[in-house]
This record gives sequence, C-alpha cells and structure tokens, in this order.
Amino acid sequence: MDQAGEKGAANRRAYLRIEGVTKRFDDTLAVDEVSLEIGEREIFALLGSSGCGKTTLLRMLAGLETPDAGRIVLDGENLAEVPAHRRPTNMMFQSYALFPHMTVEANVAFGLWQERPRLTRAEVEARVAEMLDLVQMQRYARRKPHELSGGQQQRVALARSLAKEPKLLLLDEPLAALDKKIRQRTQLELVNLIERVGVTCILVTHDQEEAMTMAGRIGVMNEGRLLQVGTPGEIYETPDCRFTAEFIGEANLFHGRVADGALAGADFPAAIVLPPEAGLAEGDEAWVSVRPERVSLSRAGAASAGVSEPADCNAATGEVADIAYLGSHSVYHVRLANGRIVIASVPSVHWGDAPPPTWGDVLRVAWFAPDGVVLTR
Amino acid sequence: MRRQHFFLARGRFWVGMLPWAWMLLFFALPFALILKVSLSTPELAIPPYLPPFVMEPGDVLPHLRPDFASYRRLHDELLALGTPGADLQYLAAWGNSLLLAALTTLLCLLIGYPFAYHIARSREAARNTLLMLVMLPFWTSFLLRVYAWMVLLDSSELGLINRVLLAAGLVDAPLQLLYNQGAVLVGMVYSYLPFMVLPLYANLVKLDPQLLEAAADLGARPWTTFLRVTLPLSRRGIVAGSMLVFIPAVGEFVIPDLLGGGDVLMIGRKIWEDFGPNQDWPMAAAVAVTMVLVLIAPIVLLHRHGRADGRTDGRSGEAG
Repeated sequence: MDQAGEKGAANRRAYLRIEGVTKRFDDTLAVDEVSLEIGEREIFALLGSSGCGKTTLLRMLAGLETPDAGRIVLDGENLAEVPAHRRPTNMMFQSYALFPHMTVEANVAFGLWQERPRLTRAEVEARVAEMLDLVQMQRYARRKPHELSGGQQQRVALARSLAKEPKLLLLDEPLAALDKKIRQRTQLELVNLIERVGVTCILVTHDQEEAMTMAGRIGVMNEGRLLQVGTPGEIYETPDCRFTAEFIGEANLFHGRVADGALAGADFPAAIVLPPEAGLAEGDEAWVSVRPERVSLSRAGAASAGVSEPADCNAATGEVADIAYLGSHSVYHVRLANGRIVIASVPSVHWGDAPPPTWGDVLRVAWFAPDGVVLTR
Repeated sequence: MRRQHFFLARGRFWVGMLPWAWMLLFFALPFALILKVSLSTPELAIPPYLPPFVMEPGDVLPHLRPDFASYRRLHDELLALGTPGADLQYLAAWGNSLLLAALTTLLCLLIGYPFAYHIARSREAARNTLLMLVMLPFWTSFLLRVYAWMVLLDSSELGLINRVLLAAGLVDAPLQLLYNQGAVLVGMVYSYLPFMVLPLYANLVKLDPQLLEAAADLGARPWTTFLRVTLPLSRRGIVAGSMLVFIPAVGEFVIPDLLGGGDVLMIGRKIWEDFGPNQDWPMAAAVAVTMVLVLIAPIVLLHRHGRADGRTDGRSGEAG
C-alpha cells in the first residue's frame, strides 16, 4: 500500500484513488472494477443514466455501502475499513435528507457536535454562522426545513455537508430536485461556492449539461463500468465508444467494415472516407460518429454542380423529414435514400437571404472526414 | 350529474354522522347515566339508589337533589393524605392503578420499541409476516392467555416456572410468583404489548432511512443517531402507543383479579366491588367519573403538545 502511495505521489499527486472497486447486489453487478484518480480540489462528475452504478460508487466513497473488492484511498488513507461516521467525507443527498425536527442551524450544527475532540458551543455557533453566511441563509437560521423552498433546502444541505470541512464532498444529483430555471442558475453558483471553499468534490448526475457546466472532468458510466474519463471537451469531441458518443449530445453513427481504406456499410450510401490515422485494418468493424454541427447542408444540385468534391468529403443527398427551429440554429432531420436519418444542426444565418429549406426539400448532407470520430466499441 | 352530486353530498353527511352517533350512543349517553348515578343517594332498592332529581306529577322542571357524598368521600381521602391511620382505600387503589399502568407502559415501550424498529427496518415482504406474528396471540381468547400465565406462575411446585427452577436447582422451595404486583405487571405487559408495537411500527416505517444515513455521514455513531434522530422523530408513535397502553391499563380489572388475587387493589376492582358486593352504586359511579376526568387531562395535554410542534413525522421536507 505504501509503495503504491509513493509511486502515485511521484507523478501527479492523486488525492483520491479508486482501485478496482466492485459492488454486487444479489446477482447484478452494480459497480464493475472501477478505477479512477482524482486530484485535490478537482470537481469531478460521474455521469450516467439511472441504474448505471454512479450512485452506488458515490455511496461506497461515503461508506454507506461496502465494496466487494477494490480499494479507496483518500489522501493516503485507505478508507476500506473506516465506517461512514468516521470518514472525512460528507455527502449531500439527492433528497437533501435534512432533519425535519431540527431548525436550519441545528441541521448545520449536527455534524459539528459529533467532532472529537469536542468543539465548544461558541466554536460550533461561529462555524454555523459562517456556513449560513456562505450560502446566504442566515435569515432562515431558526426555520424548520419544511418552511423553506426547494432551493433554500438545497443550500442548507450544502452548508451542512461543508460545515465539517470534509476532505471530499459528495453530491448526489445535487440539483435534480429543483426546477429547470433555478437549476441552471444554481449550477454556476454551486461551482463558484465549491471553488471558493476549495474542497475536492465528486458529483453524480444523469444530466450531461449539468456535468459539463459544473465539472472539470467527467467520468461516463454505463452498466457499472467507467467507460471514459476526460474534460467535457474531450468527452464531447473525441468520444471513445458508441455509448459516450450517443449519451453526450447527439451523434450520427454509421456502422460498417473497413474495405479499401474506407468504411463500407448499409448506413451510408457511399463508402465513408475515414479520418487520417484511424488505426484500422482491412475488415475491421467500426463506427463513425459525426456531431450534427459538423454536418453541412446545401441545396442539392445548386452548389455541387460543376464543383468537384474534395477527396476527404463524405456526401449524400436526402429529403428533409423534420425541422426543429431553435432560434439561433435549426436541427434538420434528413432522410437518405436508404432510409437512414442524418441529423444536422445549422445556424439560422446559414441560408442567408434565401428562404430556408422546408419539409420535402432535397438537400445534400456532407462532412469532412477529419470531423468524424472512429469508434471500435 | 346534479342528482349524483346530491346523493354524494348526502352520503358524505351520513358517513360523517356515523361516528358521532356512535359516540353519542356508546359514550356520551352512558357517561351521562353514570354521572347521574354518581350524584345519587345510596338506597336499599332496585336499582339501589335515589336519582338526583325527581319529577312529581304536575311539575314543569324536575326537583334537583344531588348527593355529593361519594365525591366528598374521594375529596376527604385526598385531604387526609399523609394523616396516619386514615382510611385511604380509594386513593390507594388509584395510586396503585396509576403506578402499575405507568410501569406497564414503560415496560411495553422498552420491549415494544425494538420490536417495532426491527419490523420497520425489515424487508418489505417480511414486514406483514412479522406484524402478523405480533398479533398472533390475539387469535386465542384473552382469558385463556391470562389463565396460561396462572399455570406458568403457579406458586406450588406444580407451576411451570417453579418446576424449571427447582429442577435446575436454582431454588430450594417454590417461589411465590402468583398473586402479587409482579404477576399483574407481567400479565399486563404481555397483554398490552401489541398496542404499543403497532402505532410505533406505523410511525417508524415512515422514517426516511436517508436521514439515518445523513446522520452517520455527519459523524454520528449509531447510538447518537438513535437518540438525536430516530427517537425524536418517533415521538408521535411513542405518545400514541403509550396512551393505548396506559389508559386501558389504569382501569384494567380482569388481569389484577386473576393474577393479583385479592391483594392487588386497583381502581377497576374498587368499582367492581362497589357495584357488586358493597351495593354502593353512587360511589362506584363517582370513581368511574373521576377516572374519565383524570385520564382525559393527559390526552388533551399531549394532543396540544403534539400539534404545537408542527410537522415532525419523519419525512424530510418536501415543501417547494
């Protein structure tokens, strides 16, 4: 253990190390050999749909579940044998789990009274005041939780989980219980607050927007496995598997096998030119993922007439099946001859003074090969 | 539509009336009768009292002649409290009843809480079975169960417990287990336990387990979590269970009569004696009336207290 610790410290110091953590419930594998390193003061998001194991992983970090295998090392201390009430972690529950029989201040003070050696009353009161000040809830100190709005409850829950200055702050779907409007404003407030306090934070969410707004790095989880870890940009621009590509934003996925250096398959009328250094051999199965905003649209016949196609351009024509006008841009669903829908996101200014295409119009869809991402799983 | 609405409204009215009619018929009316008897004068007659009012032929209003002698008797005993040699049989019975009922309630709470907690924390599928097991004794006659305790506690060498103790060599002679306060206490705790378990369970099962996790996460040891979170949040269940045990226990007659012999004087027994062998109906009725008044006071107090405290029913706030 010590050896591993020194080795970790030698390169980039990992504040939290999760090593091969596995958790099984009856016969389902909730968390499947997840390994992860998180640096100090990092805000990390575990992103996945419900039942992907992200909350179970978070609960194992809090000590509310015991891993069947693997180790969790926080700041050099192996947490495996440490019960929840002695861990230097604090969690903000999705339901907030505020004590309904206690006032706001009593809720925030609860953890402080458990400190050993004991804190004096004055120390606890000072810390509670400081915390309520931080989340701007001083005026509500004497209220009971049920007298507060959802957003206020969330702030009290945050104050309570920060009061003990945990080494690791765990947020379980921190904003899921709030209205959409409040949520968006609160995301940035929460990030600012966490950064101001300077606490290492892991948050769990099913909302990719929330993860991308709040976290410095994201781990995408599915069926108990950690599929990809990276910055929001990396995860969006260079997904390394179909699940990530489809889960984060929208993606056009084309399946095929490599033949003559291009991807041939039923999803696209022509063989798809692969980006350079795709690293595929003849006969390999692969998918190409293209983001909607990387697909360009033009009126069929008009632009392409007489102009020779660049060699690294993939193009086909299709009929407009659906249009979603979103103000700054529109999303077109174009049905190719083979029935496949290609989604393209086009800025509203793209069409200039000409009227934009409408349902049934025939359009040419195209993307440059380097804009596609090759996926093999 | 209109017709339907009409019947619906009428239906609701009659459903609402039913409990009131019930209470009138089986509580208010009997209580008024008992009140009347308590203000009567004992008399060798059938029934053995002179009512507190008479209607002569031609009277518009009845002539009132209430007799407060029975209440005065209770009042005098209260005044004579502490005087050596005073006859305090009613007060003594009162005191003993309240003491036994309080002890019964306390023991039921101490035994019943783990019962209820365990059931509430069991898997959902197992809960109903466990609840059924708690209620299982109710399927046999109450009297039979009390007689069973007489067999168990029998003070001769034939008593089951005594036999075991003798065989194990723990005692030389059979213990006096039956016909004392202890036997009554055992019988009452045994009989009333389910009345404590059920309301406690109903309360504890609503307790959000995340609150316990939150307490642990904030550093509270299991015992602290219990004292600071579980216990305060189950207060309503404790109050409800305690009232369901305490109130009938105060007036309990059968158990002290069978397990306590003649030595254990309880208020229920005093009432029975005065209605029966002593033929002093007004006295018995006066004791019964004071009993209702004495028991109503704590109910009202607890009710007020519970309401003033607002929502503390164990769910984390959902107000939006």
